[in-house]
Amino acid sequence: MMTFLLRRLLISLVLVFLISLISFFIITLTPGSPYPWGDMNPQISEAVKENFRKQFHLDEPVWKQYWFNMRDLFTGELRSIKDGRPVLTRIGERLPATIALNLCALTIALSFGLLVGVYSARVSGGWQDTSLSTVAFALLAIPEFWVAYLLIIGLTEWFAIPLMGTASHGIIFPNALAAWLDWLWHLALPATLLALGGIAAQSRYVRASMLETLREDYIRTARAKGLRSEIILYHHALRNSLRPVITGIGGLLPALIGGAVIIETIFAYPGIGRLGYQAVLERDYPTLLALNFITAILVLLGNLIADILYSVVDPRVRLE
Amino acid sequence: MANLLEIRNLSIRFRTEHGNVDAVKNISLSLKEGASLAVVGESGSGKSVTALALTRLLPVPPAEFTSGDILFQDENVLAMKPDRLRAIRGGEIAYIFQEPSSSLNPVYSIRNQISEAIRLHRPDVKDVDAEIVRWLTTVGIVNPEKRMHDYPHQLSGGMQQRAMIAMALSCQPSLLVADEPTTALDVTIQAQILAELKRLRAEFNMALILITHNIAIIQGLCDRIAVMFRGEIVEYGDTTSVLKNPQHPYTKALIACIPRLGSREKRLKTIDYSWLEKTNT
Amino acid sequence: MNTPAQTPLGRILSRFRRDRFGMIALAGIVVLFVLALVFAILSFARVPFPMDPNATDLERKLLAPNPVNWLGTDNLGRDLFSRMLHGSYISLTVGFVAVAVSLLIGVIVGAVSGYYGRWVDNVIMRVVDAIMCFPTFFLILTAVALLGPSMLNIIVVIGLVSWTGTARLVRAEFLTLRETEYVRAARSLGQRTPAIIFRHILPNAFAPIFVTAVLGVPAAILTEAGLSFLGFGVQPPQATWGNIIADGKTYMLDAWWLIVFPGLAIFLAALAFYLTGDALRQAAETRAERK
Repeated sequence: MMTFLLRRLLISLVLVFLISLISFFIITLTPGSPYPWGDMNPQISEAVKENFRKQFHLDEPVWKQYWFNMRDLFTGELRSIKDGRPVLTRIGERLPATIALNLCALTIALSFGLLVGVYSARVSGGWQDTSLSTVAFALLAIPEFWVAYLLIIGLTEWFAIPLMGTASHGIIFPNALAAWLDWLWHLALPATLLALGGIAAQSRYVRASMLETLREDYIRTARAKGLRSEIILYHHALRNSLRPVITGIGGLLPALIGGAVIIETIFAYPGIGRLGYQAVLERDYPTLLALNFITAILVLLGNLIADILYSVVDPRVRLE
Repeated sequence: MANLLEIRNLSIRFRTEHGNVDAVKNISLSLKEGASLAVVGESGSGKSVTALALTRLLPVPPAEFTSGDILFQDENVLAMKPDRLRAIRGGEIAYIFQEPSSSLNPVYSIRNQISEAIRLHRPDVKDVDAEIVRWLTTVGIVNPEKRMHDYPHQLSGGMQQRAMIAMALSCQPSLLVADEPTTALDVTIQAQILAELKRLRAEFNMALILITHNIAIIQGLCDRIAVMFRGEIVEYGDTTSVLKNPQHPYTKALIACIPRLGSREKRLKTIDYSWLEKTNT
Repeated sequence: MNTPAQTPLGRILSRFRRDRFGMIALAGIVVLFVLALVFAILSFARVPFPMDPNATDLERKLLAPNPVNWLGTDNLGRDLFSRMLHGSYISLTVGFVAVAVSLLIGVIVGAVSGYYGRWVDNVIMRVVDAIMCFPTFFLILTAVALLGPSMLNIIVVIGLVSWTGTARLVRAEFLTLRETEYVRAARSLGQRTPAIIFRHILPNAFAPIFVTAVLGVPAAILTEAGLSFLGFGVQPPQATWGNIIADGKTYMLDAWWLIVFPGLAIFLAALAFYLTGDALRQAAETRAERK
């Protein structure tokens, strides 16, 4: 177990380095003006440009730029072009909201994916299975922003449901619980929309994995023992089918965080997705660099946690 | 009660993409209490299908029972309600399979898997752990108090098969079906497991059906023998007389294939199927 | 079990033909493809059929679907139906070409990684792991925004970011296939590495690669739609399904048709590809029939 963890940590360190390289080069190697105001603006004096280049080390060779950028990022010296505040602070402010949204979406995707996947495997080949699989692909094929708008049109027209931000404004809540419920209420719709594709993908993975497990010899042994089919399904098959649920986290997280850019923008949700969209509009290189880096690290962390979780489920990994 | 088990005119068909396959064709067999029978044949002869059919373990579809009855203690298995069938499975007819490594669930300990069987079929047992230890000892596992907490992948192939046998015996079935129990094991371990089966059968007066492709291992373990070829029973009788005086050409061919110590043949015999094909029809 | 000898592809196709859903979905793709081709030609030839997609008419702005404008008009009085038809080739082109790019990179990288194994594999797979940590859509958005939004840039960026799945798949196939007897035989006969890769291994990995490719198209179509929606897709006045929605969102409470119809087009196109891909996957799955 210790060697397993140590190995994973070591690989993760290598990955952190590679991630930092990629997030740096994606920003610097893309051609285009380094200045957020463009090259042609005559109102910007040469001195201002010079100062800008110095601040962002643009006159240094590429590998030194990389080094300075990374140093500045970790020391909190990397500042936004937009308002001059450290990017870490800007991102840090948005992080709790983003983590809440993504954890919520992840939970929805994993749990519904598991339920639907196990059910489809149980009725595999039947009409329920066929319809569920069609629904799953429909969910994958739906553009999130489109559903979001359809819902906004529908809900605001016919029901008075609050859709924007994290809290209702102009209301004084009688107690903390009411405020918390209001917050959850604002989280529910964006999180559900964000999770739609994830539910579909997870349910397909779980179904395939369950069907594969059900063909294993030990399932025959369990049947030969005289166990009830529910016990065979939920006790013997399910635990062996959990791998895609857990490795699925690795595939889901990047999709969720990426998808959050659109969803957060639509629902005016103050997370890092919306921050990212603003940074793209403003060509705020330092913020973009830091955002790509930090979100990738978050995914890496998620993967690491998933690996450790998996070793709890499967003794073969645990006892290596 | 005349027979513990009686199979009458059983036929099983598989519906596949490429048409129907008759895996078992109109076979009849019977087994007395405490008796032992070997079903011998090559892969695809329908012997494993027959074994699984005894408690309806075959997946339906693609499998389909097209004719016949299976009577266990005068009760028709093919007409049993699910609850009754589950009581028979494991409780009256227990199985051990070919691949011990894949037949045990990798994520549960040996203790967990055996206790599941005991709790299900012998709810009166108070101290389940003591019972597990007793059975593990019976099948020759050393240090059972410690071993039972192991996961399957921590045991050797022979140990895994012993654990499977312990699991099967722990419910005190009246019939043990061993489907190629030694095929996946090393030759030395094979001999040990077979000796173990022989001893346990005598000790618990349990009926045994041994499914094998290896006619050489039967002697001394089974009283009767049924030879299957392409879904049919081509020879059925006393082990000694069949081995000494085989009637059907396929049986003769099988026996001729057993390598004998001291024989002067340069090559091992093979079976000439085109010739068998002609004589069989 | 007497079956006529069939090539692997032939077997997949004959199984696919029996899948009703798959065939309907495939028919959908064909219709879409023909439409896109016809209207791409009309668009480049500037033929105003059924109407000029860019002709504004402020007298007729924000009209609900009516006998003249079947799907209504937008805020500048342009005919929505014409705009959607003339924009249809954008989605398909981006989908197909981006997948081709990602397939090319993915197959080469995966083949090299899986064939050579050892440290080559280790290095390549760590890079793949690192890329897979990035939130795909945000990475694409960043790159497209910095490069400047154009159809070519969108295609290249989507291709450059989404090859990792294919690479992993091809690598896995290679790791198994290179240990098979026929590859060992080819190697022992002294065949050269490229010949082994392209003649002996790749054809056997064809089915899963093909399925991934088909399933990659709708993903690329949806990514393009998302980019268009955020204003970083193919730029106006060229209409795309995504940017019609983006432009229409200001008026969504008054003109639902500007949201509903283009979104429906994106949805149906993506769905057709997903269902076809899944039917192909099922047809390609070789199951052990029985023991």
